[in-house]
Amino acid sequence: MGKYLKTADTDWYKQRLIRVILCVSGAFFILLLRLFYLQVVQGQELRRLSENNCIRLQSTDASRGMIFDRNGILLVDNRPAFDLSIILKDAKPVDRTIEKLAKLIEVPVSELMKKIGHNKGILSYKPILLKQDIGRDALAAVDVRKFDLPGIVVNVKPRRHYIKRQSAAHLIGYLSEISSDELKSGKHPECKGGDFIGKFGVEKIFERFLKGKRGGRQVEVNVMGQVVKVLKTVDALPGQNIYLTIDYILQKKAEALLEGAAGAVVAMDPETGDILVMASSPSFDQNAFVDGMSHKQWESLISNPLSPMENKAIQGEYPPASTFKIATAIAGLEEGVIDENTTMHCPGYYKYGNRIYRCWRRGGHGSVDIVKALSQSCDVFFYQVGQKLGIDPLAFYAKACGLGSATGINLDDEAEGLIPTSAWKKRRTGISWQGGETLSVAIGQGFDLSTPLQMLVLTSALANGGTRYKPLILKSVKTVDGDIVIQSKRQIIGRLPAGKKTLAIVKKGLWEVVNSPKGTGRIAHIKGIDISGKTGTAQVVGRSNDPHLSEKDIPYHFKDHAWFVSYAPSVNPQIAVAVLVEHGGHGSTAAAPIAREIIRTYLEKDEYVRQLKAEISKQ
Amino acid sequence: MFDRRFVKYFDWGLLGLTFLIGILGLVTLYSAVTSATPTPQKTLYFKQMIWYCAGMTGMVLSFLINYKSLYRWAPAIYAVCILLLIYVLIMGKYVGGARRWLVLGPISIQPSELVKIAVIISLARYYSKFSDTRGFTLRELFTPLILTAMPFILIVKQPDLGTAMVVVLIAGFMTVFVKIERRSFLCIITACTITGPLVWFLLKGYQKKRILTFIDPDRDPLGAGYHIIQSKIAIGSGMIFGKGYLKGTQNALSFLPEQHTDFIFSVLAEEWGFVGSVGMLFLFLMLIIWGLNIAYRCRDPFGTILAVGITAMMFWQIFINIGMAMGLMPIVGVTLPFISYGGSSIVSIMICVGLLMSISMRRFLFE
Repeated sequence: MGKYLKTADTDWYKQRLIRVILCVSGAFFILLLRLFYLQVVQGQELRRLSENNCIRLQSTDASRGMIFDRNGILLVDNRPAFDLSIILKDAKPVDRTIEKLAKLIEVPVSELMKKIGHNKGILSYKPILLKQDIGRDALAAVDVRKFDLPGIVVNVKPRRHYIKRQSAAHLIGYLSEISSDELKSGKHPECKGGDFIGKFGVEKIFERFLKGKRGGRQVEVNVMGQVVKVLKTVDALPGQNIYLTIDYILQKKAEALLEGAAGAVVAMDPETGDILVMASSPSFDQNAFVDGMSHKQWESLISNPLSPMENKAIQGEYPPASTFKIATAIAGLEEGVIDENTTMHCPGYYKYGNRIYRCWRRGGHGSVDIVKALSQSCDVFFYQVGQKLGIDPLAFYAKACGLGSATGINLDDEAEGLIPTSAWKKRRTGISWQGGETLSVAIGQGFDLSTPLQMLVLTSALANGGTRYKPLILKSVKTVDGDIVIQSKRQIIGRLPAGKKTLAIVKKGLWEVVNSPKGTGRIAHIKGIDISGKTGTAQVVGRSNDPHLSEKDIPYHFKDHAWFVSYAPSVNPQIAVAVLVEHGGHGSTAAAPIAREIIRTYLEKDEYVRQLKAEISKQ
Repeated sequence: MFDRRFVKYFDWGLLGLTFLIGILGLVTLYSAVTSATPTPQKTLYFKQMIWYCAGMTGMVLSFLINYKSLYRWAPAIYAVCILLLIYVLIMGKYVGGARRWLVLGPISIQPSELVKIAVIISLARYYSKFSDTRGFTLRELFTPLILTAMPFILIVKQPDLGTAMVVVLIAGFMTVFVKIERRSFLCIITACTITGPLVWFLLKGYQKKRILTFIDPDRDPLGAGYHIIQSKIAIGSGMIFGKGYLKGTQNALSFLPEQHTDFIFSVLAEEWGFVGSVGMLFLFLMLIIWGLNIAYRCRDPFGTILAVGITAMMFWQIFINIGMAMGLMPIVGVTLPFISYGGSSIVSIMICVGLLMSISMRRFLFE
C-alpha cells in the first residue's frame, strides 16, 4: 500500500496536464471533422436548401372532441372550414395577387391589405391569415385559379359546429379565438394566435379533454412555395369525446316549453345526481361566437334585458318563495316546535307586533296541520313555525339543506344564493335582526335567495330519502376509439337534516300539493304518473302593492316569479325537476305545467323511446 | 502594495487572445441581432458592449486579487452562491417558464453563472488539500459529490438543465484530472451500468420520451428537430468561404431559433464559412491550451487545479454549444463564451480570465 501513497507534486500534475491537452485537442478535432462534413462535403446540398428556405414547418390542427348527450345524440361536432392565407415571400408581386384575390372572393382590397398591414415590407415565410372560413363557391373560384395566385394558400381547418342551435347553449358553452391576454397568461402553452379555445361552459371546463394535440409536418417546398416533399409528419392527436349527463329529448322539450319566457328548467336523476336538463331562456347562438360576431350583435346580446348570456339555472338568484317552506317544515319538525298533529288557525293574516302579515289567500285556510299547510301553501302556518324557531335555527336547517351555498357543479360562476342569519345582518347593515323579518324568511321571501339548481338538489334529496348528491354534468369521457377515459360516479355532498319520519311527513305534504283537490299544484296532475311537488310565487322587490290591480295589469317586470319543484314517481322517483319562470305570475299556472310536461316526456316510456329512436336515426 | 513584478509577469498574451475573441464575438453578435427580421434587436448589441465593460472591470478586480486568498474564502463564496440560488428559486423573476433571474434594479443576473466559479474554487480547495498520486477513493469523493450535487439540484429546479449539466461536467473534468483511485473508478462504472437500466425501467412513459427526444432531436421534428435542421442548413450553406458578413440568410429570416444566444455559432459559420469557423475553433483551442499552460507552469496545487477547473468550464461550454449547433449534441441552453449574448455569461467568463491571469502572474511569488 505504502509505496503508492505519494503526495502529488508538480511533475505528477504536469504529466496529467499533457494528457488533458491531448484529450481537449481530440475533442476539437471531432468538431473540426463535423464542420468539414457539413460545410465542405454537404455544403453544396445545404446551400441549395438554404437558397429558398425550402424546409418549412406546417402545423395541422387536432380535431376537437365531440360532445354527446347521455344517449349518444351528437350535440357538437366539427365541420371543415377553408382559410385563406398569404406567404408574402412567395407572392410576387403582392399587390397584384391581392387585387386578383379580392375580386375572386368579393372582399375589398383594403380589408385584405389591412391584414397584411406592417408586415408588407418584410416579406416573410410566415403565412398571414387573410380570410377565415371562405364559402365553398369562393373556395372553388380560388382553386381553379391557383396558378395565377402565387403565395396564396388554402388551409382546411376543423371548425366547431353546434348542431342543435341554441340548445343547452349555457351548459355547453362556446369556443372563440384566444385573446392576446390569454396567450400571455401562460395557461395555454400549446396555443398560438388564431387558435380557438373553450371560453364558457363545458367547452371551457373540459378544454383539456376536448383539445387534443396539434401535429405538423416538415416539408420541402419549391420556388412557388408549393410542397414538393413531405419530410416528416407528426400526426395530430384528436381530442376526446365527451358524453354529458343531459338528455337531449328532455332538453329540447324544456326549451320549447320555455320559449318566449325568461327562466330556467333543471332536472336531475335523484339517485345519481345526473343533470338531465339544464335549460336557460332566452338562449343564444353559439355558432355566432365561432364565426365571429359583429360589434352590434355582441352589443345587442349584452344589452338584452332578459340577459340571454346568463345561465339562469345556476347564476339566477331568486327568492325561493313557498318552495322554501320545505326547509321551514323540516326545521320545525326536527326541532319539535310542531309535529304531525299540530294544528293552527289561519284567518288569512297573522298579527306580529303591530304589523299584519297576510296569507296569500285572503279568506284564510281555517284549521291547518303541516300536511295541509304544505299542500295549500298556508303562509300563516309557516309564519308561526318561523317565529317559534327563530332566525338562526331556521337558517341552520336551510343551510344544511344546501341553500345559500354553491352546489359545487362543475361550471364557472355558480351563484351562492343567500340564507340570512342575525350575525349576517348585523355585519352587513349594522342593524340588529327584527323578529318580523324571520316571518318573511320562513316563507322564502325577505333576504332569502336561491338558484333553481339549489332547489333542485334539495327536492332531489327529499325524493331519494335524504341524500344530497353533487349535480353532475359529465357522464363519461371516451377516446375516439370508444375507450373510456373517465366515467363519473355519483358523489354524496351531504344529507338533509331530517329523520325518516320528518321526510315522510314533508313528502306527504308535497304529494297532496299535486294530488289533493285543494292542492296548489294540482294542475301538474297527470293520469298514470304519480307526481309530488311544491309551488312558489316569489314577490318581486319594489312591486307596487296595489291590491286592486288585477293579475294581467301588473307590468312585466313587477310580476311575480313562478316556481315549481317536483319529483316523480312519488315512490322510487326517477326524475326531479325545478322550474323557474321570471315574472311568470303564479307558480301553479306558469311553472307547474312545464314541470309536468318534462315528467310526462320522461316517464311515458313508449313515446320517449319513439322520440329517442327518431333523433338517433337522424344522425 | 504594488509589486513591479506584476507588470513583468503579466500575461499579455492571454489578454490579447481574450480581446481578439471578444471583438470577433461582438462582430458576430452585431450580425445576429441586426439582420434578424421582423424585429431587429439592435439594443441588445449595445447592452452587450456595456456588459463587456462590466466584465472587464470584473477581470481587473480578479487579477488584482491574489488567487491564493480564494483558498481561504472558498467556503464563504460557495455559501453565498448557494443562498443566491435558493433565493432565486423562491423570489426570482419568472421568464419563459423558468425562474433563473435575480433582479437588481435595472439589471437581471443569473446566479447559476456565478455558481460555476464557486464550485470550481471549492473543488480546487478540497482536491489540492488531499491530492495524492494514488487518486481519490469513493469515501474521499463524498465531499466533492455534495459540493456538486447541491448547486446541480437547485439549478435543475429552475429549470436550467444545460447549466446544471455544465456544473457536473466541470466537476467531472476536475475529478478525473486529480485522478480517481482505480478500484473506486471501477466501482463507479459498474454502479452506473447497473443503476442506469434500473432507473430507466422505473421511469414513466412520458419521461422516457422526453429523455429520448433530448438525446435524439429528430424525434421531435416540429420542435428541436426542426431547429437542428435549420442550424445545420445555416452552417453547411456557408460552405468554404461563407456568404459574407451580414449576408447570412438563415439568420436574417428568423429560421434560426435563439440566434443571438444558443445558435450564434450557426450565424458565424454561415457568414464566414469553413475558413472562418476553423479560425474561430483554433482561437478557442488556443485559449484552452493557454489556460492549461498556466496550470502547467503553476507550482502550487491549488492554482493548478483552479486553472484546470476554469479551463474545463470554457472547454465544456465551447464544445457543447458548437456541438449542439452542428447536431452532435442534445439541444440545451448553453452559451458560447465571449460570443453569445448574455450579461451574466460575459461577466462570469471575464472573471474566469482574470483569475487565470492572477494565477499566471503570481507563479513566482511566495507568500
